[in-house]
Amino acid sequence: MNRKLRIALVGNPNSGKSTVFNALTGLNQKVANFPGVTVDKHIGFTTFVSENGENVDAEIIDLPGIYSLYPKSPDEQIPFHILCDPNNELHPDLTIIIADGTNLKRNLFLCSQVVDLKIPVILCINMIDIVKIRGAEIDFAKLSEKLGVPVIPMTARKSEGMDDLRKAILQPYSKPKNYFLDFRSFAPGVVDSIRQVIHVNSDYNAFLVANNLELISNFDLPENKKQQILRIDEEAGFDTKQMQAKETLERYKVISELMKECVTDKSEEKKSNSYKIDNILTHRFWGYIIFLLVLFLVFQAIFSWAAYPMNAVDSAFRWMNESISHALPAGILNDLIVNGILAGLNGVVIFIPQIALLFFFIAILEDTGYMARVSFIMDKLMRKFGLNGKSVIPLMSGVACAVPAIMSTRTIQNRKERIITILVTPLMSCSARLPVYTLLIALVIPDHKLFGLNQQGLVLMGLYLIGFLAAISAAWVLKTIIKAKERSYFMLELPLYRVPRWSTIGLHIIEKVKIFLFDAGKIIIAISIVLWVLASFAPGKTFQHIEEKYRQPEMVKSFSQDEIDKKIKSEKLESSYAGVMGRVIEPVIKPLGYDWKIGIALITSFAAREVFVGTMSTIYSVGDNAASKLTVKDKMLAEINPSTGLPQYSFAVGFSLMLFYAFAMQCVSTIAVVYRETKGIKWALIQIFFMSGLAYLASMIAYQILKP
Amino acid sequence: MVKETTCLLSELKRGQEAVIDSFTDHELSLKLLEMGCIPGEQIHVTRIAPLGDPIAIWVSGYQLSLRKDEAATVRVRIVE
Repeated sequence: MNRKLRIALVGNPNSGKSTVFNALTGLNQKVANFPGVTVDKHIGFTTFVSENGENVDAEIIDLPGIYSLYPKSPDEQIPFHILCDPNNELHPDLTIIIADGTNLKRNLFLCSQVVDLKIPVILCINMIDIVKIRGAEIDFAKLSEKLGVPVIPMTARKSEGMDDLRKAILQPYSKPKNYFLDFRSFAPGVVDSIRQVIHVNSDYNAFLVANNLELISNFDLPENKKQQILRIDEEAGFDTKQMQAKETLERYKVISELMKECVTDKSEEKKSNSYKIDNILTHRFWGYIIFLLVLFLVFQAIFSWAAYPMNAVDSAFRWMNESISHALPAGILNDLIVNGILAGLNGVVIFIPQIALLFFFIAILEDTGYMARVSFIMDKLMRKFGLNGKSVIPLMSGVACAVPAIMSTRTIQNRKERIITILVTPLMSCSARLPVYTLLIALVIPDHKLFGLNQQGLVLMGLYLIGFLAAISAAWVLKTIIKAKERSYFMLELPLYRVPRWSTIGLHIIEKVKIFLFDAGKIIIAISIVLWVLASFAPGKTFQHIEEKYRQPEMVKSFSQDEIDKKIKSEKLESSYAGVMGRVIEPVIKPLGYDWKIGIALITSFAAREVFVGTMSTIYSVGDNAASKLTVKDKMLAEINPSTGLPQYSFAVGFSLMLFYAFAMQCVSTIAVVYRETKGIKWALIQIFFMSGLAYLASMIAYQILKP
Repeated sequence: MVKETTCLLSELKRGQEAVIDSFTDHELSLKLLEMGCIPGEQIHVTRIAPLGDPIAIWVSGYQLSLRKDEAATVRVRIVE
């Protein structure tokens, strides 16, 4: 008989939960959003085969890492709702708890809470290899007996213990036999009254509900029952903080006893390798030098390594363009496919190498435990700017893409620091700016060496630096404007250093690329097609009139056929919808040194920055021969400013554009994420206004100073 | 009788052994308790960040970093 098993993975941050999740489900996983909140929901699917050949299909959900069932931030509320609301659609049949064996005491705290919920539990004690190296011994049989749940030793990174876990999952599971604390004696009246109102599995579940009243609004319960629960607490004079402190102390008392009976630990922290590594990586001098070197390595690598696959993508698309434009009869369909759809696809695919490379590095930094040290050595500095030590991670991730970076600010518990981090993160130069920068640098910066370093590379680094400086300056200003509602919170575990796991990193990269392809990719392709329409059609019968004009005998006499074709095309573009829009905004952007063609690109870039390159491709390929082998760069280089007779893309214009793209808020995906994360339009609007204002001013000043 | 000196966790020198005594901030103590900072627990400061803040302590078998103002809500007894 087939049954669908729902399993939840629960554990502390850094306990190796995701490694177990990846080992169980492999590539068979998907990322979605939990309804109402924007926390990523990682769900994987697998089929367990029992010894007698029975197939058990399972849906495994990887819950956000938590230290306890008392949520302190929105993502910590997810496990609370799923585990404590029996009516929750994701409430599991079985819970697998992953505990870090090197840090068992604190990990058993959460475990004891879940056991008291009386949900069927399997406890996996992870990182047994290190436990052994440290010389500690754990009596698993005794622990299992005392806890009343199956206990499995494992080293998930080396896939040790995974088979035992699979076997245990197939065993008939039951509610934990024992409990840690008797909550009926903690708060007798309240627990009983709540259990009369809602159906929960345990006294502890009722106790947790009484302790987290503000969270029951998300429970699947009729409104009158919620009101009833609120009244129970009020009438009993239930002091939640007092109760929570009492519970925590009592729990640790029981856990300490348990540890004495089941664990012999002779580990000495000072001898550990992590301690020695920390001596260097958090050193007052070398710590910062190494951090800077890491950042430098990441940027140089992305810039030079990514160039090879990116060139390959470009060549592939150029080949496809030519084959298709020759294979299909000339006309509107050919044009749509080549200049609309393929151009847009190219603009999406070209990013994959950079995103993959960047997340390769970020995943390594996170997986090794180095990210936590970055927070540790950066916190005091960041705090001066109204940021949190943890803000370094979103800010650094913002270098890849502001969308996941802003989503990762959820770990910052302080509202003010989180808002500031969200507001300034898009100023960090994201990977979508990279193609814009690359194109502009190639246009206006000569490929020379300066002190033995590539000048173009230096300018690129300078742009990243400008983004970073703008971000921290803005944070510093915002710190004085935004009012704090709560006090600052730091508290962070410094996990042991570990060798990165390549499979985890690989899966992480795939996940990020997928999110980009399906979320941002849709928008880019859609914009590309809209753009093609804008550039290929004009109001009324304008195109017809242009063609008629050039068919006049005097025109045919004074120009060659080739010249006439070019004039028609250029005039068509100027009178197209896109041209009309570009001309409308030209007076506004003239002080920045931009013409109407750049104006078109600016308009479309407000959907996503990288569209700039696509727009330029579309504009220039529409304006030229479709079969031309020239690249966008060559076409832009050849562009002459009609009023000066000099190249349109002078250093002043190029630099002004770079600054504009460094500062302006030009990404609908980011705006949407900020709207969702801050639960309102207010911060998103503030962000658009301050970033774009900054961009306009900076570009105008730069152009006015530099212009020839 | 053993002579006991108490001070704040934020005043503890690197490497100095101490035992957690009490908390001065109720709200923050809930989080500290969860993270294994239990009265009676033996701790020591493992390192201080290069800029003097935050600090890292060894508690309940792992390394926890916290800001100095957070550490200042914890009273400890120095182990002689």
